[in-house]
Amino acid sequence: MSSLDGAGVGTGSELLRFAAVGSVDDGKSTLIGRLLHDTKQLFDDQLEAVATASRRRGVEGVDLAFVTDGLRAEREQGITIDVAYRYAATPRRKFVIADCPGHVQYTRNMATGASTADLAVVVVDATAGLREQTRRHCCIAALLGVRHLIVAANKMDLTGWDEAAFRTVEADMMALSRRLEVESVVTVPVSALHGDNVVEPSAAAPWYRGPTILAALEEAPAGAWAQEGGAGARLPVQWVVRQPGGGRSYAGMVTGGALRPGDEVVILPGGSQSRITEVSTYDGPLEEAIASQSVTVTLADDVDVSRGDLIAPVEGAPEPVAELEATVCWFAEHPLEAGQRYRVKHTTRVTPARVLSVESRLDVGTLELGPAARLGDNDIGVVRLAVATPLAVDPYRTNRVTGSFVLIDEATNATVAAGMVGAPVLAAAPAG
Amino acid sequence: MTTILEPEVREDEVATVAGQPGADRARPDHLDLLESHAIFVMREVAAECERPVLLFSGGKDSAVLLRLAEKAFRPGRFPFPIMHVDTGHNFPEVIDYRDRRAAELGEELLVASVQDSIDRGRVADPGPEGTRNRLQSVTLLDAIAEHGFDACIGGARRDEDKARAKERILSFRDAFGQWDPRNQRPELWHLYQGRVRTGEHLRAFPLSDWTELDVWQYIEREAIELPSIYYSHRRPVVERGGMLLALSDWVTAGPGETVEEAVVRFRTVGDATCTGAVRSGASTIAEVIAEVASSRVSERGATRADDRFSETSMEDRKREGYF
Repeated sequence: MSSLDGAGVGTGSELLRFAAVGSVDDGKSTLIGRLLHDTKQLFDDQLEAVATASRRRGVEGVDLAFVTDGLRAEREQGITIDVAYRYAATPRRKFVIADCPGHVQYTRNMATGASTADLAVVVVDATAGLREQTRRHCCIAALLGVRHLIVAANKMDLTGWDEAAFRTVEADMMALSRRLEVESVVTVPVSALHGDNVVEPSAAAPWYRGPTILAALEEAPAGAWAQEGGAGARLPVQWVVRQPGGGRSYAGMVTGGALRPGDEVVILPGGSQSRITEVSTYDGPLEEAIASQSVTVTLADDVDVSRGDLIAPVEGAPEPVAELEATVCWFAEHPLEAGQRYRVKHTTRVTPARVLSVESRLDVGTLELGPAARLGDNDIGVVRLAVATPLAVDPYRTNRVTGSFVLIDEATNATVAAGMVGAPVLAAAPAG
Repeated sequence: MTTILEPEVREDEVATVAGQPGADRARPDHLDLLESHAIFVMREVAAECERPVLLFSGGKDSAVLLRLAEKAFRPGRFPFPIMHVDTGHNFPEVIDYRDRRAAELGEELLVASVQDSIDRGRVADPGPEGTRNRLQSVTLLDAIAEHGFDACIGGARRDEDKARAKERILSFRDAFGQWDPRNQRPELWHLYQGRVRTGEHLRAFPLSDWTELDVWQYIEREAIELPSIYYSHRRPVVERGGMLLALSDWVTAGPGETVEEAVVRFRTVGDATCTGAVRSGASTIAEVIAEVASSRVSERGATRADDRFSETSMEDRKREGYF
């Protein structure tokens, strides 16, 4: 398939961000190492260093997992502890790759890697099938808004390239994906260790006619993360710029749609209204600012706007709320319970929050929400929060920026939860 | 093969994606996205932290940081000073460039000097030709404490090294300046949270997701001036440990070493005693881009002796507070 060293020289390339997820020891790091190696993204000195590290640890040949497992502790233990980011380019695309840890203890790091991904590559050991951690990762990725999965049915060489083992993984992943909000699934039989169907098509599985992992990555929709439809344009105010001649303008990154001069806008949560007179960057005025652009806007009226406020077109603006229901992934050793206080960071605002109630906890095995009084480390559940300053939120499904927040421990400043406004959308299990 | 899940199950979502506004509009390219995100990170750090500082080495990555700071904060002043951690082993072209850029921008330039740290007995002098690279961590941490900085914005990129590949965009440092790679804060979406207690600080890396090639393409697009040593020139060098070191007050030919007039350029700029040159005829940005795109050796592998001490040199230095 297409691969080329030094490719992607031209600007104007599309950028696809993806996360490698799945259970510990199923081969995520080896797959990413193989992908980088076979597309010739690795420099000679890096490859030599990986070979040296492999020899030192008595590994036969070259352990490609060491390409991303770069920490001393990771190499000692042969596991991934935190996300490694790697970069690759083919003539068709540029890729930002997040190689996530599989161990349940490091689920927070997996969520970190998946939260900005357009797509997930789910690595499954075909000799073992889907594990609880595979389901947890798929579930978290889908809740975070990843809509496209490429499934690497790995270690096919150990099954003797048994088609039945592959079909089991394929069917199980399809069944799981139907329960989650996934739009497309590609399942590929691979051996990351030997490179079959990663970059080069393999003759080992004549019964498989689909794409390699690389071909599937090149064909998947890029930039899916920023493309949120429905809610309309929003500008969370990051920074107030004082203009030399007097007056102010407001800097931030646009999300959800386009902002143009002339737009009638409301400033939330205060509710005052004005009209956009200019949208600009350092390089000059713009006809419009689109999602993911960092811009500055100027308003017609001298209204009170400060960091943390949200500027949105009057039509379709969100309603600020003092209480909200959200799906959270909990990342602290102590449980999340009603009555606790945290700080919430939502867009550019930080405000105190209180847990009103824990509504339910998700069983990742059955994908059912059940009653719960608390959430433990790495649990996913639904909670109700009260916030000190009303927040202009959108449902996460319609805007990932205004629909997301983190909870911060007031004593340690640790980030203890990832929150998504609204309850999770899970299709019912098929009858029987 | 790709399986699109049945429309009868997913009709509403499929319709949302297909019919979204702006689907046919020209999308920003990857440099636009990287630039926009870096500006966003700088503004978040400036807003969330009490006393940030921008670290400026005079190298290409920090030159890009300065341009991004202009884009983030002009027509206002930068909401932070610029600081150079100066090993005293400098290329004169880089120091000229540093002072000129700070003056052109009209921003405050602080210089934290490794020589001062040596004079005050904070670190041992490694000798006239010893490397001062690792000593910079002490000088940097002392400057952070002296000025009360709670965030340092730096130009480090994840593609440079396997330890840097693991680091968050806002990376926490404890009261001893240490990085704990096994216990990093989760960093979800673009919700960068910069809260620290007194004595702790953050390192912020707006260029995390940029590659060496991205940096050069951006330098070309923005016509950013760099120190002349980034482009091909002729200078006396000596080959040592597989690297070409430029002769200077601190690097002289040892016994058995021969001095050679070579046509070289620098791929990175750091302490002159441990930053190697590469043989190159690339004298324009376009020629450098072509060279970087076809290189078979990594940026640091080609030019940094300090990364060759051990398998985890960078991780070990970062744990101590290095950039």
